[in-house]
Amino acid sequence: MTAGTNPLADRPEGAVVGVEVPHESARLHVTGAALYTDDLVARTQGALHAWPVQTAVAHGRVTAMRTEAALAVPGVVRVLTAADVPGVNDAGVKHDEPLFPTEVCYMGHAVAWVLGETLEAARLGAEAVEVDVEPLPALLTLAEAIEAGSFQGAARTVSRGDVEAGLARATHRFSGELEIGGQEHFYLETHAALALVDEAGQVFVHSSTQHPSETQEIVAHVLGLASNEVTVQCLRMGGGFGGKEMQPHGLAAVAALGATLTGRPVRLRLNRTQDMTMTGKRHPFHAVWEVGFDDDARITALRATLTSDGGWSLDLSEPVLARALCHIDNAYWIPDIEVHGRVARTHKTSQTAFRGFGGPQGMLVIEDLLGRVAPALGLPAEELRRRNFYSPGQSTPYAQPVRHAERIVEIWDRLRATSELETRAAAVERFNATHEHVKRGLAITPVKFGISFNLTAFNQAGALVHVYKDGSVLINHGGTEMGQGLHTKMLQVAATALGVPLSLVRLAPTRTDKVPNTSATAASSGADLNGGAVQDACRQIVDRLRVVAAQALHVNPHDVRFHDGAVTGLGSAATLSWAEVVGLAYVQRVHLSAAGYYRTEGLHWDAERMQGSPFKYFAYGAAATEVEVDGFTGAYRTLRTDIVHDVGDSLSPLIDLGQVEGGYVQGAGWLTLEELRWDTSDGPTRGRLATQAASTYKLPSFSEMPSDLRVEFFERAHESGVVYGSKAVGEPPLMLAFAVREAIRQACAAFGPAGHVVDLGCPSTPEQVFWAVQEARRAAAARPERSHAAPTRAGVPDDGARPAPAAPAPAHVEA
Amino acid sequence: MTDIEITVNGERRRGDASTAAPVTAATTTLDWLRGLGLTGAKEGCAEGECGACSVLVARPDGAGGTRWTAVNSCLVPVGSLDGGEVVTAEGLGGPTALHPVQHEMAVRGGSQCGYCTPGFVCSMAAEYYRPDRRPVEDPDSTTPDTGTEAVQEALDAHEVGPNGFDLHALSGNLCRCTGYRPIRDAAYALGEVGADDPLAARRGEPAPAPSRTVIEGEHPFLRPADLAEALAALAEVPGAVLVAGATDWGVENNLRHRRAPLLVAIDHLPELRGLHRGENVLEIGAALTLSEIEQRLAGSVPLLADLFPQFASRLIRNGATLGGNLGTGSPIGDSPPVLLALDARLVLTSVRGEREVPLAEYFTGYRTSVRTDDELIRAVRVPLPLLPRTSFLKVAKRRFDDISSVAVAIAADLDGGVVRQVRIGLGGVAATPVRAHATEAALEGRPWDLETVTAAAAVLAGEGTPIDDHRASARYRAAMLEQSLLRFYDTTSREGALV
Repeated sequence: MTAGTNPLADRPEGAVVGVEVPHESARLHVTGAALYTDDLVARTQGALHAWPVQTAVAHGRVTAMRTEAALAVPGVVRVLTAADVPGVNDAGVKHDEPLFPTEVCYMGHAVAWVLGETLEAARLGAEAVEVDVEPLPALLTLAEAIEAGSFQGAARTVSRGDVEAGLARATHRFSGELEIGGQEHFYLETHAALALVDEAGQVFVHSSTQHPSETQEIVAHVLGLASNEVTVQCLRMGGGFGGKEMQPHGLAAVAALGATLTGRPVRLRLNRTQDMTMTGKRHPFHAVWEVGFDDDARITALRATLTSDGGWSLDLSEPVLARALCHIDNAYWIPDIEVHGRVARTHKTSQTAFRGFGGPQGMLVIEDLLGRVAPALGLPAEELRRRNFYSPGQSTPYAQPVRHAERIVEIWDRLRATSELETRAAAVERFNATHEHVKRGLAITPVKFGISFNLTAFNQAGALVHVYKDGSVLINHGGTEMGQGLHTKMLQVAATALGVPLSLVRLAPTRTDKVPNTSATAASSGADLNGGAVQDACRQIVDRLRVVAAQALHVNPHDVRFHDGAVTGLGSAATLSWAEVVGLAYVQRVHLSAAGYYRTEGLHWDAERMQGSPFKYFAYGAAATEVEVDGFTGAYRTLRTDIVHDVGDSLSPLIDLGQVEGGYVQGAGWLTLEELRWDTSDGPTRGRLATQAASTYKLPSFSEMPSDLRVEFFERAHESGVVYGSKAVGEPPLMLAFAVREAIRQACAAFGPAGHVVDLGCPSTPEQVFWAVQEARRAAAARPERSHAAPTRAGVPDDGARPAPAAPAPAHVEA
Repeated sequence: MTDIEITVNGERRRGDASTAAPVTAATTTLDWLRGLGLTGAKEGCAEGECGACSVLVARPDGAGGTRWTAVNSCLVPVGSLDGGEVVTAEGLGGPTALHPVQHEMAVRGGSQCGYCTPGFVCSMAAEYYRPDRRPVEDPDSTTPDTGTEAVQEALDAHEVGPNGFDLHALSGNLCRCTGYRPIRDAAYALGEVGADDPLAARRGEPAPAPSRTVIEGEHPFLRPADLAEALAALAEVPGAVLVAGATDWGVENNLRHRRAPLLVAIDHLPELRGLHRGENVLEIGAALTLSEIEQRLAGSVPLLADLFPQFASRLIRNGATLGGNLGTGSPIGDSPPVLLALDARLVLTSVRGEREVPLAEYFTGYRTSVRTDDELIRAVRVPLPLLPRTSFLKVAKRRFDDISSVAVAIAADLDGGVVRQVRIGLGGVAATPVRAHATEAALEGRPWDLETVTAAAAVLAGEGTPIDDHRASARYRAAMLEQSLLRFYDTTSREGALV
């Protein structure tokens, strides 16, 4: 450490950030010693167990509820209903989520909770609760909601220029639609809370939550308490992915309510079926679009309407929509644009945050569009994409300059080289020419993702750092650990800022009585925000110690250096140990604890006009994926994936690598495998989630990982203005997975005639791929000459990318 | 008696030592362990799909020693482990003394949120201790040359590490964070088992001998002393449920909260655990696990060899049996199509005696069969010699650990380019597994050429009565039937010889 006025991003020599270290809890993970919220139950005397009374209609009015039979079940202690709520009967911040509802809004909606001495007793009690529900009509699909005009929250529009004029200027116009599926988080640890009450009626809740402060606020308002009477702690989560940003609150409140009413600890843990049927997922989206290109295949204009399926209540649907609208451009310059967005209200779980937060859905619209129209424009999709990239100096449709736009092309070209794209594309062509029933596809797609919460106020964080007399350090910060390695990075930041070895720093679990008023650990911002706050706290302490050390070393305070546990002075031969300086400071009555704070500078956002600079910077990346598709079944495998991704100067390379790889595979799951199916029939099970278990909802397993996965971090990627020059990494890599879906599209096209346009369902499951292959084969049969060398006229599917008004001649033929 | 005693991580633990609810027939091994405070094993799904609950169990290795076998502890009734030995992630090593498996996982980024990790560690440890795991001769250190036919082989090779680690050992473990690459690297970095490793040494001793176990209560549990006691109990208690690995019953128990009037564990009965190859018949004990059958047949029945790696996951195959897969009568079990194509017969046993039923006549409707309440499936008999050409196609969303939307097994004699004989078994396209008799008729006696196959494939598309559900549409299922024959034809033509 050098003098005390370092910019946030400057990294000292010998920094502990940037060193490859395993996850701070890795040894606890692998030995089963790491504790998660529900593991505490075995260590908690006399805990009661909670079980929900779930209703089996998608929409209806509760007309009566009888709990006597439940109370007669041996071991049942109490049935919690709306009448028990001393405060506000609501689990959200929009006040549209009654915790104990009188209107059932989706199948599985819990209307009461039963507390039992054992889980079995609580379950049997819940079965015995009699609920009369008068059924009401239910809207299940986006199409039904749109038709019925069922929307919620504010509709928003992002626009720039004159889209009509832009489309009129185009020499090639296309229009299309896209249905985008949702995604279940499937964090391995389901939602869990354990609530206890102390002698003064203060409530302590262990919660598996990404947002302890908001969990605290909701628990407080449900119980009618002030925030200072409720403490929420999150030890760690067994995965979050956005699913524990808003959804834990009501569950924690139920446990806390039970604890205050019975005086006993109450444990609430959803089993997998409950978790899947009761909690929100990634928003499904519907998009209609119209796009124009000029003779050089450059986009002139885009008009689109995005409708998200918010489910029964708003929770985070509005900001999710905002991020979708702010990401429809992805990496492309669209001069004239008008994108409308709205949130449908349906009778399903309340869809919520999920890694990418609407960004993936918005970006998928343009990536799907480009993949579809490229053959009709007579261009390889890769060339079409590159031609439309942002250039330095250009701005997004919401008027934010695209900082570091040059990185898009630099990353693209780097990836083309490292993945040997041209050689392999030729090899794919050869392979396809000699294989009738198996085809390969190779595609490359870019990512540009805005970092910061769209809502400016959330871009702040706090930290608490204690240095004890023996020199050991304990840090607390407002972020939560869900596997993303935030705590590992924070330990590295603290060790760097204090100039001590990593082994000297410990981190205590996140809790609201240590750091108050925190933001959700979300929007990829955990390390940026909390890292800034931890660094701030550490620097305050170092600045105080600098004075102490300067005296002892007889040097100017500016010349004191803290490095690896040694404290030295420029021009002084003496070396003090960190612990010695700390001991001196204590004796001299120097404060050894500090609260740190950070706010992201330079942000502003007008949420109504959808204009401003909501993002501190953009994270960039690109992926090239090769797949092989079996024409008999539509099954496919990923042969190889190459990624170049911009993580800035990595705080913790092993952690960042894990985020990039894991994000990619999770994105691939969303795009090609994971499928949420609700019963949309008119029968009595209408509204039932058909995929409500691990046996019916399939997330990627070993068989879906790329056989060969090569990740490279973009070099010389220092991000000034962020802690130690790093960049956020949580969400952006998910969208690298567009490459796998586009590669599948290419492989499907290879079953068809040259220039065949492939319409691909999403998620692109083997069944969807099979139909695309069949369509391509039909087209090939209709036009038997099969040359891939020279695209001629555009192939136009019936219901896909429709050239309008007439099929255009190819703009350019890039053979 | 109503108590049980199990050795967990080297310590004898009594059933009532658990702080959870008292031990009943419905108590899973997972809940029992967690009640002891051993919270390393986690519940991720409670249906044997995610593997977060994986633990090691000491099982007989068939040669007088012990094999450390990974199972889903969420499915196994704790009563069926009475007298047994279990090792959890906590028992493999602690934070300051990591087991080699734990070390590789920790240093390579194999854990992120860590919730699935103890389960991965146990599955990985089982493969680490597999006695016939040997480094492969020519480690596949290169990446696939994506321009050549060698890719398929290279891909397959990616499922076995240079240290002989079979990736399928982890096919029943799900991770939502890492994307799996670091876990694969950890598995492939494992060395040979150390000479002084106590769990390795334990393999040389016999596995614990199963004892008779009774858990009383409203829904009692019985592990009978012998087959006679099992049959007597079946005859006595209508609706008694048989379990071996409990891979189906465990799901009913956990997710649908079913309780049986009597649960009878039969996985240990020697009469159900034989494997005999005669001149005209191969008899496979109904309570051998699929993993045991796979090891002991060693590829000698190619259709079964094709089936096993696609049947659920290794964790499930370590518990699941043919008796169970047939006993549940599920239309989407993966073994019935294969056994139908093999023309298998079932040996049904009761206090009244033994009878043999052709599998083709066994199923009577959705999850029903000709098996009476007092009968159990003792063995499966496969007539020999086998038809020489076979094919098994399982269509599912995921290659590892998924349930079929359609399964097609074909066994044929194509001698001289003519379809001498063919048997086709189908799963997932009707209320029961079925034989595709019309298709067989459309093939037999005809030349094995594209014309015959195309016509027969169209017939096959019309067999069964497939439905639309969350796994696939009826239209896709019918298309897959058709494609399965075209694919088989393509394979035989690419292989050239039609004999």
